[in-house]
Amino acid sequence: MPLIETSDGPLWKRRTTIKQWLIWAGWLIGVSIAYYAWNLISEKTIWMFVWDAPRQMVDIVGRMVPPSWSYMDNLWRPVWDTLNIATIGTVIAMVLAVPIAFLAANNTTPHKLVRAVALFIIVATRSVNSLIWALLLVVIVGPGVLAGTIAIGIRSIGGCSKLLYEAIEEINHTQVEAIEATGASRIQQMLYGIVPQVLPTFAGVAVFRWDINVRGSTILGIVGAGGIGVQLNASINVLAWTQVSMILLVILGTVFISEYVSAKVRHSII
Amino acid sequence: MSNSNYSDTWKKPPFIVNPVLRWLIYVGSLVYFALAIGTMEINWTRVAEGLPRGLTLLSKFFPPNLADSRGVIVDGILESIWMAIISTIGGIILSVPIGLGAARNLSPKWVYLFCRSIIGVSRTFPEIILAIFAVKFFGFGPFAGFVALSIGTIGFFAKLLAEDIENMSKSQAEAVKVTGSSWLQWVNYSVQPQVMPRMIGLSLYRLDINFRESAVVGIVGAGGIGAHLLTSVQRYEYDTTATILISIIIIVIALEYTSGYLRKWVQ
Repeated sequence: MPLIETSDGPLWKRRTTIKQWLIWAGWLIGVSIAYYAWNLISEKTIWMFVWDAPRQMVDIVGRMVPPSWSYMDNLWRPVWDTLNIATIGTVIAMVLAVPIAFLAANNTTPHKLVRAVALFIIVATRSVNSLIWALLLVVIVGPGVLAGTIAIGIRSIGGCSKLLYEAIEEINHTQVEAIEATGASRIQQMLYGIVPQVLPTFAGVAVFRWDINVRGSTILGIVGAGGIGVQLNASINVLAWTQVSMILLVILGTVFISEYVSAKVRHSII
Repeated sequence: MSNSNYSDTWKKPPFIVNPVLRWLIYVGSLVYFALAIGTMEINWTRVAEGLPRGLTLLSKFFPPNLADSRGVIVDGILESIWMAIISTIGGIILSVPIGLGAARNLSPKWVYLFCRSIIGVSRTFPEIILAIFAVKFFGFGPFAGFVALSIGTIGFFAKLLAEDIENMSKSQAEAVKVTGSSWLQWVNYSVQPQVMPRMIGLSLYRLDINFRESAVVGIVGAGGIGAHLLTSVQRYEYDTTATILISIIIIVIALEYTSGYLRKWVQ
């Protein structure tokens, strides 16, 4: 907080002159990047369609009301599939993520090289979107719920493992030493010293991931990997807007309920 | 001490203490999984047919031959990156007023409720669904992706901004207020400095998320590399698929490390 001496006495400024200039330079760079990116995007845009958008919006929203309530009869099964994709996918992910997390944590990994491999698996599975995994798996195992489940499972390994191995690294070490002092083997130390400390976190991570996966599994149907997205895609393709709005309402409800359940369960665990 | 009732072996206490609840959960989940897997309708002949194809796809990764048969990959990836950047900026510009409005200690109740419901809706729908509608409204191309990702950014950024403002230190805000500042000056000199470091970190994090999403919104026609990925899979051009996936993974890892590094440096 520099004070500048002026003829009228000291004047308070928020920043020093150099810092102020640096901030201006940062803004200049930021604005130029934004300008460049915007130009690039707008070159590829057909502005006629954009100007037409408000009319389109009013038109489509008008066609969406009222939602086709009777279409709900066809949606119970997709909702069940969607929840199954999320749940079984989360189970698959947790089963695979736990060993990977123990291999990736600094204090439980058998070797540095193993740790590097485990960390690579975590990063690689995390960086590819579940929709891309689903796209590939539809080719391999065929369209349907199985592809979606495996896609959600693979995508979640990284996210779960990352949180799990961080939890393992942050454990209280004195408890492990106490178990070690009784003459326990490495496996016993893990089971009685580390696992009880991280079990609540594990359960919390699983529920947290399940919530994310419910949201994720609603869209997998767009590439044919099962769930309510299949109906969404089909209804949009035939322009059945009242069905679309019904499906959107169902997705809204499902996501809302899963968020509520996950918050309740996490609250009771942690 | 030889109390015969007192067991001298120790047993690990179960994770769920209440036995009724524990068994209910065990049996319930068993029934659920039996039902879920039973209704899955797995077509095993199709799986057997597809596995060799999966191996072909996998073999294209080792080694990658960086095929770009139609000369579109670099273009698509760049489009995704620029789309991620501009939609992060656009999303933040939209998020700041909404975040201020959604902070209970800054705005009146009706503004608060209005802003919170905007955040709620944008958080519920995945970016892909937003992108489908953006394509319907604005036509094919990156502009639709820009709109979808910007709206997606609101749900994330405005929510965290609002929560951060609600948790800020009151004494600093009061100190500025008693100088007789206007509302804008008050926000600029007492709220903004308190939340700024964390917001810079979050915007970098969001850039990271937006790139991941911008790589797939192309699947529904909203620009970026996703469209080429979809075409390459449908045309069985697996070496192109592999190249695209590898480039996405490399960029995501690079972004994650840079943003992690910058966030540490800012905070």
